[in-house]
Amino acid sequence: MSETTHAGPMLAADGTPLKRSLARALRRQKLRALALIAPLLIFVLLTFVTPIVSMLWRSVENAIVPETLPLTVEALKDWDPTRGELPEEAVFAAMVTDLQAAVKAKTHTKLGTRLNYENPGISSLFRSTGRNVGKWDLAADGPFKEKLIEADKGWGDIEVWKTLQRYSGHYTAGYFLNAADLENTAEGIQLRPEEQRIYMTLFIRTMWMSLMITGSCLLLGYPVAWLLANLRASTSNVLMILVLLPFWTSLLVRTSAWKVLLQQQGVINDLLVWVGLVDDANRLVMINNQFGTIIAMTHILLPFMILPLYSVMKTIPPSYLRAAKSLGATNWTAFWRVYFPQSVPGIGAGSILVFILAIGYYITPELVGGTQGVFISNRIAFHISSSLNWGLAAALGTILLSLVLLLYYVYDKIVGIDNVKLG
Amino acid sequence: MTIRTSIVPTPSLAGFTLPINAVAGALLGYLVGTAKGNPVLGAAAGAVFAALLALVILRFAPKRSLGRLAGAVITGVVGLALAGIAGLVFGALVGLVLSWLAYWLHTGDYRSNVPVYATSGDVLWSNTFRLICGLIFFFLIAPIAVVIPLSFNAENFFTFTPAMLALDPDGYSLKHYQDFMTNPDWLRPLKNSFIIAPFATIISVSLGTLAAIGLSQSHVPGRRAIMAILISPMIVPLIISATGMFFFYSGLGVFLEDTLHFSKDLSGYIKVILAHAVLGIPFVIITVTATLVGFDRSLTRAAANMGAGPVRTFFKVQMPLILPGVISGGLFAFITSFDEVVVVLFVGSAVQKTLPWQMFTGLREQISPTILAVATILVVISILLLTTLELLRRRSERLRGMSPS
Repeated sequence: MSETTHAGPMLAADGTPLKRSLARALRRQKLRALALIAPLLIFVLLTFVTPIVSMLWRSVENAIVPETLPLTVEALKDWDPTRGELPEEAVFAAMVTDLQAAVKAKTHTKLGTRLNYENPGISSLFRSTGRNVGKWDLAADGPFKEKLIEADKGWGDIEVWKTLQRYSGHYTAGYFLNAADLENTAEGIQLRPEEQRIYMTLFIRTMWMSLMITGSCLLLGYPVAWLLANLRASTSNVLMILVLLPFWTSLLVRTSAWKVLLQQQGVINDLLVWVGLVDDANRLVMINNQFGTIIAMTHILLPFMILPLYSVMKTIPPSYLRAAKSLGATNWTAFWRVYFPQSVPGIGAGSILVFILAIGYYITPELVGGTQGVFISNRIAFHISSSLNWGLAAALGTILLSLVLLLYYVYDKIVGIDNVKLG
Repeated sequence: MTIRTSIVPTPSLAGFTLPINAVAGALLGYLVGTAKGNPVLGAAAGAVFAALLALVILRFAPKRSLGRLAGAVITGVVGLALAGIAGLVFGALVGLVLSWLAYWLHTGDYRSNVPVYATSGDVLWSNTFRLICGLIFFFLIAPIAVVIPLSFNAENFFTFTPAMLALDPDGYSLKHYQDFMTNPDWLRPLKNSFIIAPFATIISVSLGTLAAIGLSQSHVPGRRAIMAILISPMIVPLIISATGMFFFYSGLGVFLEDTLHFSKDLSGYIKVILAHAVLGIPFVIITVTATLVGFDRSLTRAAANMGAGPVRTFFKVQMPLILPGVISGGLFAFITSFDEVVVVLFVGSAVQKTLPWQMFTGLREQISPTILAVATILVVISILLLTTLELLRRRSERLRGMSPS
């Protein structure tokens, strides 16, 4: 109310310049927002992001070799493998010293397992030598070159030493090369022999089957979304329940339902035999193969296609189609030139969502996929729980993750993560 | 769209309604004939029967409900003569379908969903399209619906036994439910699921709601990046989350047991609960921010104007209005944890075995029909959840309609 006759910056009630006062209020507002978000952000960073980052790190981490065999790694630095000769006595002596320490700490079998991934056979070499080496006296029992080779012929194989030298760093690309069906040989990076190339096949199969699933979801989801968007609200709400019920039903319930339906003695085969379409002796094999995985996953992921399509189609005015027809377009032209282009954002959103979900699926392929219908995630799970090659599992996971994040980025660009809707 | 096409003349009986009914009858008769060993005779008899049925009810029963009832009774009696009690039920159903078809065609209702000017081709396409959509809905629902009757099977089979198809009461039993209710292999996982899911839900809802309120403020630095991080548990494939958590949480478990001296079981539960809580967070964030979009900010200013502090404003003004969104977010978080199997498989130990985990092992190793009983119970739970959500959505819309915007 006071009369401000003097020129200069506009003042707030407490006398500070208005600009500064506003800036302070804004800063306080920002801080308050951040303070509200902070607990959750910290929680997610700690319990979700850190585990994933540590997994990424595990895919290149190789500390076990330099930590278990510090002297050998040092001694091997000067050895030139291209000359085709075994390393010198000093290297063997270092190896015996390291091994004695490792046997005492019981880490030599672990190291053997690690190196076995790169050169099959090393695991048993370490285990058998570990039994002898403990009794040797470092000062008296030299020279060790002959003694080691005598203990196990494997030490006379130059490939073993080459592997040791190649994987002596703290970090390795070995797991990633393995995950891409490559190997690091003395002649440089090469493709593995044909019969050992499994991961590329698996990646290609995962992508291909995810594409098939996305395609069939789109094929089935588009008409349904169109119908839902164009019916009266009361009818479409009732029909929406038929879409939402599967969406809310447990994944395992749906997978077990498909297992029951698709079995050779299951409901669908029984029905086909009864109608006479299929002979009782040659019932269809619909489970434990790619067909089983594709049909079950299409059913499971279909609501994720219908819901985004529906929310886009709901915004397209039906009068556009009528206008196109009144201007002389045929039904097909009106749909293809007028309606379809407007529904493309929904197609993009739904397809990316379904594809992202499909390539990471584990449970359904594991249960209905057999050997031919499994995905890369099943291989990751196998390496975690059965073969215990955790580095390789982490590398495969990293490749899959970067693929998904790339798609996530595209999804964010097209739809925006703020616009994700549920139900 | 809304114009009823009563001006369309009644279609020809002999040239349109009866032949179509006959074709439908032939299809159904073919199925019956196959079961009786003579498909051709079945199809022919079905066609004649359907055409006659249509002729009779259209001629003598202008009232639809009466005609349909008559159709059901006539066909039901024929079914009873052919195949006993089951024949009566299936026959009555077939009769309902055939008489509905007759009236639908005869009264011109089949044109009611197209404009008056539509050509016959348009009408045919429109109805074919609806048929296709119906089949897709059938594909969505049938697998879930099939599980329910199968779970009452008296045998240990995964398909309908002849006794079940004949609707013989001896073909049905509750023994798989009894097994579920008495077998510790199932009871323990059930208990675990009901321990883990509520705790995980509480954590994700309380932290998630706060953060969603923070995110909906007008000036949040780096909102997009924060949002991306908070949504990421939903996007990152479960197997990758599980792999990462497998390594990290084993370290956490060692810390809890050795440094804080928690028991092994307790630390196991804490690990699984934390893992599930983080998986539920995106759902809470998405639903609560969606509710907050419609929240009228002037209400909080009005409350502050009348002297309420921020905490009081939150609990008395903001919370009641966004409660439907918070509850549906919580339901999402609950079902995420309740259905989750990959992460618990990697992070948990046998003590923390949950219901989905037990189902997973059951499906992979010794598949027992008890799984179908469990599946039926889970379907009922999801129907309840769906109903609750729908009611909440309506309530939220009503509340929003009241608040001036």
